[in-house]
Amino acid sequence: MRLERRTDAPLHLLILAPLTAVAAALVLAAGLIAVAGVNPVSAYGEMLQGALGSRLAITEMLTRATPLVLTGLAAAVAFRARLWNIGGEGQFFVGALITAWFGHALALPGWAGVPVLMVAGMAAGAALLVGPTLLRLRFGVDEVVTTLLLNFIVILFVGLMIEGPLRDPLAFGWPQSVPVDGDLRLPDLVARTRLHIGLLFAILAAGLVWLILARTVFGTEARAAGLNASAAAFAGVSLPRTLLGVAVLSGALAGLAGSIEVMGVTASVTTTMSPGFGYAGIVVAMLAALHPAGVVAAAIFVATIFVGADAMSRATGVPSFIADVIVALCLLTMLVALLFTTHRIRR
Amino acid sequence: MTEALDLLLNTSLWAAVLRIATPLIFGVLGALLCERSGVLNLGIEGIMTMGAMVGWLTVFLGGPLWLGLAVAALSGATFGVLHAILTVPLGLSQHVSGLGITLFAASLAHYLYRLIVEVGDLPPTIEPFRPLAIPLLSDIPVLGPVLFTQALPTYLALLSVAILAYVLARTPLGLAIRMTGENPHAVEAQGLDPIRIRIGAVAAGSALMALGGSFLTMAAFDSFFPDMVQGRGWICIALVIFASWRPGKALLGALLFAFFDAYQLRLQTVIEGVPYQLFLMAPYLLSILALILVARRAEVPAALMAPYRRGER
Amino acid sequence: MTPALELRGITKRFGRLTANEDVTLTLAQGEILALLGENGAGKTTLMNILFGHYMADSGTVRVFGQDLPPGQPRAAIDAGIGMVHQHFTLAENLSVLDNVILGSEPLTRLRSARAEATQKLVHLSRKFGLPVDPEARVARLSVGERQRVEILKALYRDARVLILDEPTAVLARPEAERLFQTLGDMTREGLSLVFISHKLHEVMAASHRVAVLRGGKLVAERKTTETGPEELAELMVGRRVNRPVRKAAAPGAPVLVADTVRVDVDGQTQLDGVSFTVHAGEILGIVGVSGNRQAVLGAVLSGLTQPSAGRLTLGGQDAAGLSPRDLIRAGVGRVPEDRHADGVVGDLPLWENAVLEHLGSGEFSRRGFVRPGACTAFAGDLIARYDVRGAAPDTRTRLLSGGNMQKLILGRVLAKKPRFLLANQPTRGLDEGAIAAVHAELLKARSEGAAILLISEELDEVIALSDRIQAIVKGRLSEPVAAEAADPQRLGLMMAGVWTEDAHAS
Repeated sequence: MRLERRTDAPLHLLILAPLTAVAAALVLAAGLIAVAGVNPVSAYGEMLQGALGSRLAITEMLTRATPLVLTGLAAAVAFRARLWNIGGEGQFFVGALITAWFGHALALPGWAGVPVLMVAGMAAGAALLVGPTLLRLRFGVDEVVTTLLLNFIVILFVGLMIEGPLRDPLAFGWPQSVPVDGDLRLPDLVARTRLHIGLLFAILAAGLVWLILARTVFGTEARAAGLNASAAAFAGVSLPRTLLGVAVLSGALAGLAGSIEVMGVTASVTTTMSPGFGYAGIVVAMLAALHPAGVVAAAIFVATIFVGADAMSRATGVPSFIADVIVALCLLTMLVALLFTTHRIRR
Repeated sequence: MTEALDLLLNTSLWAAVLRIATPLIFGVLGALLCERSGVLNLGIEGIMTMGAMVGWLTVFLGGPLWLGLAVAALSGATFGVLHAILTVPLGLSQHVSGLGITLFAASLAHYLYRLIVEVGDLPPTIEPFRPLAIPLLSDIPVLGPVLFTQALPTYLALLSVAILAYVLARTPLGLAIRMTGENPHAVEAQGLDPIRIRIGAVAAGSALMALGGSFLTMAAFDSFFPDMVQGRGWICIALVIFASWRPGKALLGALLFAFFDAYQLRLQTVIEGVPYQLFLMAPYLLSILALILVARRAEVPAALMAPYRRGER
Repeated sequence: MTPALELRGITKRFGRLTANEDVTLTLAQGEILALLGENGAGKTTLMNILFGHYMADSGTVRVFGQDLPPGQPRAAIDAGIGMVHQHFTLAENLSVLDNVILGSEPLTRLRSARAEATQKLVHLSRKFGLPVDPEARVARLSVGERQRVEILKALYRDARVLILDEPTAVLARPEAERLFQTLGDMTREGLSLVFISHKLHEVMAASHRVAVLRGGKLVAERKTTETGPEELAELMVGRRVNRPVRKAAAPGAPVLVADTVRVDVDGQTQLDGVSFTVHAGEILGIVGVSGNRQAVLGAVLSGLTQPSAGRLTLGGQDAAGLSPRDLIRAGVGRVPEDRHADGVVGDLPLWENAVLEHLGSGEFSRRGFVRPGACTAFAGDLIARYDVRGAAPDTRTRLLSGGNMQKLILGRVLAKKPRFLLANQPTRGLDEGAIAAVHAELLKARSEGAAILLISEELDEVIALSDRIQAIVKGRLSEPVAAEAADPQRLGLMMAGVWTEDAHAS
């Protein structure tokens, strides 16, 4: 028995792959739910109910999906160009932190403030990824390790800032940053829910990323560099410039996720405000096969799991860590599923 | 300032260095073994978490300490085999698979812990490995308390360095592992199976990683709590590069690193007015700095991360 | 006497491609059999099946009368088969001894017996006249020395049947002659040999018997004494393919001039004192044995490596330090040595590869946005004009055959009417039909006034196409000789570096 490359990649396989992967992950996780003494079918039922069962649940789920779309896009853009940005979590936090700081300190009017804060968050995220990218280009330092380590450094830095210069004096000792001004909060998308117009920004970002990757010179060169760097360089693509461009785009998307989360949901920054948005973004990107449109769908799926698992945990007592397990399993099963879109098994 | 220097003369600092280094030594050896065979194993962070959890759990459920170590190692090998199957015969991205293993192993560890263990206000504890004074040797002034009054796994870690160094340099198996990391086609042409060699190396390396994790719950502390590995796995990945894929240098790197870590912990008590987060950042910053210093000179195994598929050259 | 080797009815398919079809072949003990065929005829696949790298779809292999289990290199080695791969299977960072003893000891042994191994290796290397230093790192060995290590690896495992895949591809003629002498000695020691080749003269010179493969099938077997180059050529190619012929023409003004160019890579001098001039409407051939830094010369002229000293001018302007993009804009066309690695991005559609070099130009993009219509139209035009078969603009490029991929690369470069064209090993790995097509395009570009630098290992190709020829040896170039004054004999000596000795004498 051996693997053989397919000569074609039929479209139905590309659509079937994530569905099969998700199904396989859910079946595997069902075993773990059963171990907890709970009927997996009813547990999954609770999950669906908790994430999609009511108007409120759906808005909660979409609120959760919003940053995931952006961190998913960040990972997808970077991975397309073979820039291993595992630092989405850190980029998310610097974006959030600078948004809270500027949003508190600058006293900007709402119509000008929101775009300014978004740009600030994007710039911070981009800067955080440009560093490791330069280290790779200049010294050959593997960006996987540097971006991972930066996540820890950033979290400590956030802790330092929210216990120090940016501490919210009104929070009664609870470590959180100063909040953004009230008129810099993003308007609700659905009244009396937490869902804010950030979702629209995220979907818009997905469209823009698609346009950039598929239809611009930069995007084409970035894809070429990712698929075969040496052929791209031979054809005149400047690898350093392209990778830096990708780093700016990817870091900015993750930074934007943090910025929007602060303006739309939390108002202040805490070290616990992200349930791993950056890491989950990697799963989202892989489930989407690195395609921007797929990212939106994958983010909604992952958000469903996260929000649904909380509800299911309350109802059945299955630890809510099951959500992380399912998402991680999805990453692994998707990886295998993708293999079968490019390869087939022979004898 | 003199206080800061006085700290250096304190034997407890140097004993702490070896203690802090122990999980790193296991981790860096494990990562080194995987990478010498040509496989990057970013599953390390999750495998260490899993090792920490199951080792502790075994003892918590009434097993002896040695069984805890064995179960931890076995769990590491299991996830190692999973990573190896995905990346070696299937040839999938080592980066993505490794991250997937980390997310999976860590979340599974947390899930199972919550499922099995009742957690009150404080996490439950076990009776961990205690420092083991080696007769006679531990009486030597200075060296005795530093080198010969350590917990059993620490001696095991040091022994592992020697064994791995010997195996890689002097045995046919070690040559086969190194050659697989340099050129798997050469290995196949000599009648050996590079796929099996890689799977074996990754399984063994991952078992070492899990032992490193188990030290945290079974010697350094006496309980398990979420996210306790704190990036030690990633630091090990950096240390392997720093060590140029050599076991001796890996030991040196782990010790150096542990020294800074132990020293900053003590400095925190001496130097006032500096936020503690800055001290905690030091190890991560140090790792990045080390990478910058050695990256260009590193002798990377030539076939590291190059997938090998029979008949697809 | 039982034959050393019997292949019966070997068939092997890769997807839709049949690499070997019902091949039956025997090798007598003490015999040298040449396996002749053009690129893609299935020679290497057949030998890889024999050695267990591949599993045949059907058919059997017997070694000294014993059936060989399929798909196990270990079983082949134990049965006494040794293989010298065309692309050496050596670990460069390890020593010669490491490379040789790997796999010869049980993996459970607690200590390598290196002293005994060294003794055995030294003994073998004396016995067969293959001198090597057991402790040397392979990375520091020359290509010829590496080949010796490959042969010693097989001998160390007591091979009685030795398979050599294109063994002379990396050797200059005197080295090749020495190798064939060694092979002759080996048969007297009782070894049986198969060597794979597509070069008629060496098949005639060194084999007892010739088996000809064409399109995966065994089409003929001849005793070497009972056949000749003409018959073999026809058997090998099957049809008459006439390569186009160069017509004499007066060259124009100098276009690309290199004056004592030196190139250092990682602190090591790779090219030194390289001088040449390519005129408009002229093909300058750079001929050399593989591994004499042709790749570095190609990298410099592609803009990927920069000269450390000397002058490089294009149309009188300084061209040193230009990036690939600068060179492309300055009217330089480049055909890379390795089309899969550097020529195309295999997973992109054909049209994106067709325009990648010029994507930023107004023709294919506006304000940073790609114009897909213009791009696919250009790609469609290339497909038609350069006869790229089995392809549409949105075909994934890696699905093209080698010949069609090369036509695409050549087409995308020639469509822009380059002043200067670098053609680096332009026909490597192609079959006769594709070779003729590539040659025709190069000659057409020449007649339209392009200055062409042809880097090639194929003597015949260089003689057929070039107006003037220089040899490259260890990163140095010989003086040019006119095509009329170049015969294979003289060029063979030049490729062995004999001109440098002349320089010392004078």
